[in-house]
Amino acid sequence: MLGPDLQFFPPPNARTHEVCGPGAYAFAFVLAARLGGHCMWVRGRSDATQINPNGFAEYIAPSELTFCNTKDQTQTLAVAEEALRAGVVSLVVMTPNKPLGLTQGRRLQLAARDGKSTGLAIISEGMGSNAAETRWRCTPVFSSGDSTLHKWELIKNKSGTLDIWYVWWDTASRRLIMVPPAIE
Amino acid sequence: MFGGIQRRVASLWFPRLSSERVLRRCPLNGPFALTQKQSNTNRLYCLNTEATRQGLHQGMSHSDARAFCPSLQTAPVDLLQEQRFLQTLRRWATRYCPWVGIEGRDGLVLDISGSVHLFGDEEDMLSDMRARLMRAGLSVQIGLANTRGAAWALAHYGEGIAPASDMLSALQNLPIAALRLDEKTSTALVRLGLRKVGELAAAPRAPLTRRFGPDVVMRLDQALGQQPEEIMPLAEAPHYGVRITLPEPIGLISDVMAGTQRLLIQLCAKLKAQDMGARVLTITLRRVDQENQDVELRLARPLHDPHRILPLFERGLAEVDAGFGIDQLRLEATQVMPLPSQQITHAPQRHMGHKGQLEDLITRIGTRIGLENIQRFLPADSHIPERSFVIAPAAYSEPASSWVCLNPRPLCLFPPEAIAANGPQPPTRFRWRRMSLITGRATGPERIAPEWWLEDDNWRSGLRDYWRVETTQGRRLWLFYTPQNPGWYVQGEFP
Repeated sequence: MLGPDLQFFPPPNARTHEVCGPGAYAFAFVLAARLGGHCMWVRGRSDATQINPNGFAEYIAPSELTFCNTKDQTQTLAVAEEALRAGVVSLVVMTPNKPLGLTQGRRLQLAARDGKSTGLAIISEGMGSNAAETRWRCTPVFSSGDSTLHKWELIKNKSGTLDIWYVWWDTASRRLIMVPPAIE
Repeated sequence: MFGGIQRRVASLWFPRLSSERVLRRCPLNGPFALTQKQSNTNRLYCLNTEATRQGLHQGMSHSDARAFCPSLQTAPVDLLQEQRFLQTLRRWATRYCPWVGIEGRDGLVLDISGSVHLFGDEEDMLSDMRARLMRAGLSVQIGLANTRGAAWALAHYGEGIAPASDMLSALQNLPIAALRLDEKTSTALVRLGLRKVGELAAAPRAPLTRRFGPDVVMRLDQALGQQPEEIMPLAEAPHYGVRITLPEPIGLISDVMAGTQRLLIQLCAKLKAQDMGARVLTITLRRVDQENQDVELRLARPLHDPHRILPLFERGLAEVDAGFGIDQLRLEATQVMPLPSQQITHAPQRHMGHKGQLEDLITRIGTRIGLENIQRFLPADSHIPERSFVIAPAAYSEPASSWVCLNPRPLCLFPPEAIAANGPQPPTRFRWRRMSLITGRATGPERIAPEWWLEDDNWRSGLRDYWRVETTQGRRLWLFYTPQNPGWYVQGEFP
């Protein structure tokens, strides 16, 4: 099955989404690769995880990613809103460390709608905001044959049903491939 | 020559320029000197008259000078400010003639041919210069002659005006050093018995050239006017500042923006005419109570398009407190960079149209979190995973695309976290971050040696054998083992 034919991916444009779980970073980069264009990564200064350009080079070109170091959550949200509203970048990834309130989440939604960009918040388990369009839980799965198998669970969806998919990333053709459910 | 007008050149030498510049600010009595650090010693650089009278001289070490003259007061010299001061003097000197050049680090040279009659005669002009400079607190020695060399000689060795007819008669009694020769040559000439310019001029030229090279004769000819020498007037440094003064104070943001727009159009026209782009802009708003408020805008790229810069000012201007109203706006490009016009291609390029918008977005975010906090990755030449990339501010770097990586690298890196395990083979089960993990498949090892030429505390433990460990729980981790200092660590996570 080809990547572009996937029904569930990418999630609706001009909305903000949330992703949690150990495979969240992979989800973010797969989404960036799928959407194309420039990606803005907004992270707080306290965030110790360092994304590695040599690692994500197989998803997007590192020159297509700009990241902003912010002082606190307020700045993170302000920068994300600004970037979403500008409509220049196709994806804005943010890593808030506190749960978003309904007002903040709604503001991000409006900014994404104005700018026609996609927003993605990488959150910890159970820190979701009600304003998010969809929420995903991504976990890497061990498989004997392939090394990039992931389980993607759609755990919140404002405009559809919930589901579970098993997917893997094909580095050579840079696309996402779904494993047919029959195999599992 | 010059259509019947005799060329006349005035040379101004300020023997105590540096110290007098400082003393103008804070006048004091008694000996004073500026010191300069030369090869680990503080030496006297410029003295005032009082200090010279006490027997001190230039080049003396500071401690010696203090021993000779305990009341000596000193300050370190600021060469940059001194240069600026000389530039100011140069601008001032254009009141006498348009052709003013800078001579060395403490002199000016003026081509006053044709402008003397405006001040009466030459004597009047020089006394006017002296009077004005004395009022400014500067001592000056002025020489006036037909050539630049002769004027310099007169300014430094025996002030005066050389008669227009004969240069040699004015110069013949001056010492050899007045010909702007280097010290070695002039010493050698003095040893030959040629102490005065007149004696040198009378000497046969061919042996002189053979002995000292063409320099000596050239300098003599320049001083006597047989060889031309130009005076290069310096161009005025362009000033990128405009202002607007309002008859009535304003306070609405829309009014201030409208004023800013007018200023920007003027400023950008100026920048565009000189192929420059503004990097940092400052707008100063003066309120009616004489309070000034500055709004600084740092741009991600040099720009000279008013319609792109104006919206970027919005956020900064919204924060200004207008008080009882603003009655003057002043806009200055405090930092400019060359920005030549470029051919815009009509061929469709996917992100070309977005590039300018992205830079504007970076500028806008930069006004909020600081331009240096917006960064991008650049490749670096190292096998050490943490050093295989550098992080550079996006506004001050160009994106690079030469990413070469032979082995798979993890998506996330974190500081190494120790796990309990033994032996060079990856553990079959281990605990990491309070999770019990079982190794399903391990790929490796990939040995990376520390870069001994760089000091790095994290690599003190020596070589590292990296393993990609896929656990049956799903997590794919990047583990390393340090054979020289046995221990297992987790450093990253694969997607």
